[in-house]
Amino acid sequence: MNDQSRSEPSEQSAILPEPFLKWFESRGWSPRAHQLDLLVRAQAGKSVLLIAPTGAGKTLAGFLPTLVDLANRPKRRPGQARRGIHTLYISPLKALAVDIERNLGKPVAEIGLPITLETRTGDTPSHKRQRQKLVPPDILMTTPEQLALLIASPDGPRFFEDLRYIVLDELHSLVTSKRGHLLSLGLARLRRFVPDLQAIGLSATVSDPDELRRWLVGQNPPGDMADLIEVAGGAKPEISILDSEERVPWAGHSARYAIPEIYDAVRRHKTTLLFVNTRSQAEFLFQELWRANDDNLPIALHHGSLDVSQRRRVEKAMETNSLRGIVATSTLDLGIDWGDVDLVVHVGAPKGASRLAQRIGRSNHRMDEPSQAILIPANRFEVLECRAALEANYLGAQDTPPLVEGALDVLCQHVLGVACGAPFRADDLFEEVRTAAPYATLDRRTFDRVVDFVATGGYALKSYERYARIKLTKDGTWRISHPRVAQQYRLNVGTIIEVPSLTVRYVREGRGLAARGGPALGKIEEAFLETLVPGDTFLFSGKVLRFEGIRENECFVSNAPGKDAKVPYYGGGKFPLSTYLADVVRAMLADPQRWKQLPDQVADWLRLQSEKSILPRRSDLLIETFPRGGRHYMVAYPFEGRPAHQTLGMLLTRRLERAGARPFGFVATDYALAIWSLGDMGHMFGRGELPLGQLFDEDMLGDDLDAWLADSWMLKRTFRNCALISGLIEKRHPGQEKSGRQVNVSADLIYDVLRSHEPDHILLQATRADAAMGLLDVRRLGEMLSRIRGRIVHKPLEQISPLAVPIMLEIGKEAVRGDADDTLLLEAEGIIEEAMGPQ
Amino acid sequence: MSSLAHKARQPRDEAILIAGERVVCDRRGVLFAPELELLVVSDLHLEKGSSYARRGALLPPYDTAATLQHLAAVIDHYRPRRVISLGDSFHDGEGAARLPEIFRQALEALMAGRDWFWVAGNHDPQAPAGLPGDTVSEIHVGGLSFRHEPSATPVEGEIAGHLHPCARIVQRGRSVRRRCFASDGSRIIMPAFGAYTGSLNVLDRAYHGLFDWEKFRAYMLGSHRIFSIAGAMLHPG
Repeated sequence: MNDQSRSEPSEQSAILPEPFLKWFESRGWSPRAHQLDLLVRAQAGKSVLLIAPTGAGKTLAGFLPTLVDLANRPKRRPGQARRGIHTLYISPLKALAVDIERNLGKPVAEIGLPITLETRTGDTPSHKRQRQKLVPPDILMTTPEQLALLIASPDGPRFFEDLRYIVLDELHSLVTSKRGHLLSLGLARLRRFVPDLQAIGLSATVSDPDELRRWLVGQNPPGDMADLIEVAGGAKPEISILDSEERVPWAGHSARYAIPEIYDAVRRHKTTLLFVNTRSQAEFLFQELWRANDDNLPIALHHGSLDVSQRRRVEKAMETNSLRGIVATSTLDLGIDWGDVDLVVHVGAPKGASRLAQRIGRSNHRMDEPSQAILIPANRFEVLECRAALEANYLGAQDTPPLVEGALDVLCQHVLGVACGAPFRADDLFEEVRTAAPYATLDRRTFDRVVDFVATGGYALKSYERYARIKLTKDGTWRISHPRVAQQYRLNVGTIIEVPSLTVRYVREGRGLAARGGPALGKIEEAFLETLVPGDTFLFSGKVLRFEGIRENECFVSNAPGKDAKVPYYGGGKFPLSTYLADVVRAMLADPQRWKQLPDQVADWLRLQSEKSILPRRSDLLIETFPRGGRHYMVAYPFEGRPAHQTLGMLLTRRLERAGARPFGFVATDYALAIWSLGDMGHMFGRGELPLGQLFDEDMLGDDLDAWLADSWMLKRTFRNCALISGLIEKRHPGQEKSGRQVNVSADLIYDVLRSHEPDHILLQATRADAAMGLLDVRRLGEMLSRIRGRIVHKPLEQISPLAVPIMLEIGKEAVRGDADDTLLLEAEGIIEEAMGPQ
Repeated sequence: MSSLAHKARQPRDEAILIAGERVVCDRRGVLFAPELELLVVSDLHLEKGSSYARRGALLPPYDTAATLQHLAAVIDHYRPRRVISLGDSFHDGEGAARLPEIFRQALEALMAGRDWFWVAGNHDPQAPAGLPGDTVSEIHVGGLSFRHEPSATPVEGEIAGHLHPCARIVQRGRSVRRRCFASDGSRIIMPAFGAYTGSLNVLDRAYHGLFDWEKFRAYMLGSHRIFSIAGAMLHPG
């Protein structure tokens, strides 16, 4: 244990009741300084944000004010009214709520406290929920969705009247999503019920703690912040980058070259946690490790698409330390405490310094021992990225993304929820909503449009007045028009949109769809399955499977052992390279002094690049042009992440088309963008026919972006989510589950009709804002374009440069994208004509 | 690749012979019989939006406007002497009564000067309230017969709707799903025309026994042209 974090005995006895002191003593522990500090501040009526690394006793710290308060509470006398909930605990994961109930139950029992704790999640049976409403526990552990439901019920104010604390766990991960927006609005509502409510946030290290401090308290006045307690990290982790004997590949994400070395590391440790970025990488790594597994080590696989029972089995095995290796995706990122992990292997680049720190934090769950971690870059650019992440970790640099403004579709859902609870006045609700940090700058006009949307859909054509869901009554309050509205709200609450997916089920080979289904293996997205034809093989659940076909909502597969998986899932990772790491990578490229820290083969590669072409300075953008195979190529190296590059590629090809360069394709990675054309772009840039400054001008984010977005499939997908969250279309009706496909089809049709008849509708506004932020990363692209103004370096070449090799290898791996659908139909038509001859 | 893309954009409709009559499967989802000067459109589902709104789903109230706009464009193009609306013209029995006045006028303007037949559908079994035109359960023109729901056994020359056919192909790792005319050269099932109408894959069991599968083709609606795809190329789902 860290000595500085212990406190003086006198300080403890001042505030900790006797039974607590005895309990600490009996365990041979003493309370840590931050635990007591938090208690003092909470007792002084403050809301507090506690930032601490894993293993610092965060959970106990968060609950100490509650436990002490409840220990000092006078006993309820017979005949006295039952007391309501004292403390609400919110976590992002159901499993975490259950885990904490177990972990907290232990000290409560050992200290002998008369405290009841219960969980309430989507899995809680309805009779238990009913009972909880009549006889509330002292501490209720629940999720953001359940909180939304509780405050949308007419007895919400009574249910929460005794509430004193709300504890928000893993706050850093809650606040970055729409779930966080919904939770912030729920918190504002709770403060309306209980003005003295104190919030306690528990978080991993973030880049801007003040954002979270504001988030925890009412923004009234704006800028108010919770107190902050920061606990410095324990021992520095010991991180290394695998310096492989093998050749590090130019491109790809598989890290196949390193399998023997990874396996060796697993063999030399007690329990190794192997993190990857995507499910496909997890499947691949698991498969390859078992191929190498001569010692038959127990190595398991864990990702979110696997069947629940299989995941539970793996989790159980981890708890009992009976596994040697676990291949996992981000489903294991959050702070669930399972087993003794003594090594973390990160395969593929970590994409962000903070993400890496949190994943490494999984090993050695005690603060005072250093964590062991090995990074395995899958290709040469990832070597640079791993190096950057490693430096950032030693510097303690954080690159969690900045919080975004509250989403409007979430606000729509919340307004309806408020009305389901009780009639509201627009003026009051507007003020209340603005106390939630994400909505602090919301303007009244937008709020009124949201209310109008909730009432009648918010259309310019006012034809739905008689079908209004909420109505303005004579006393100036908005009320729901029918109890059915509340019923529908309850069935659609929440911001988590399930991707349409099908259950994967075993059948015997060759029996096709006539066969009876065997055991279920998990779920796969429909979008992926749609690209398969029967007979295709792919990796899932650690096995090579043959696709047999789809029957209703199930995908039938058979075993195809010994075969190679033909169809890969997604190529790249789902997180883009963080801005911070990108900057470090650029700095590393620009400074030959730093290449010494890199493996020889990578340093040689950079040296060769500086001979054959150039390496850009840290703030410059390098553009190379060269001919190859009858085409002309342009490769740009912005290092801004794949989403931003993809958007840039779309916009640049439009401009190049207009300029007569006849572009006909592009490919984007996290590091670079390549565009190819029939026209000689190098010539056009060089002779000033198409100045690069003009091509990369920021004005591309205006009309060009709008024109492209209007038809983009990405916008349709985003619209569907907004339509579901805002309550325009329903997730499900009472008594009837809608399949993903039916929802999908109608959302696309609705989008087309709405876009052509009311392009400024509030939901389309919300959709564009979402797309710009997420899939397209327009903000980051904008920052990049402004950074490189006047700093574009063009290098015309006769042939491909060493730096361009990785992205050139990506060409052809990508499936065709965009509006090529009709071309595919033509091909389908043609293949049959070929086969059947002229008719 | 780029010449293919160019070819895919050349406007083209598909003329086929059904029971001796030449009919054109139009890329916009209507059927036109030139010799009969007859235009056929199926499953308009007008006022589907307001039908949902009555139950609390406030979909954009512009579906009728969108559907009538598209219909006006094809009527303007073919200038038919007669029009058959092949059933489910309105999404529910009260749809015609809810029709906003401007759309009623727009619809009447389309109907003026031509024979108009409302074939009764399962969603709208009664004549549409307050609108001109003849309501029929079935109608025969030339060698063709028109009804809303397809007969359970093959009928030469039958044109029907009701099932909202679509077809799906998989090509180079991409899946493309489109509304389509479904035909084996003997009968045709028409795609739904309404702006909010979903669709059902022609490989679904609802189509069992309706077609001679050996001769089956899906005439899929592209953005610029019709694509004639043989049954063997199609995928379920």
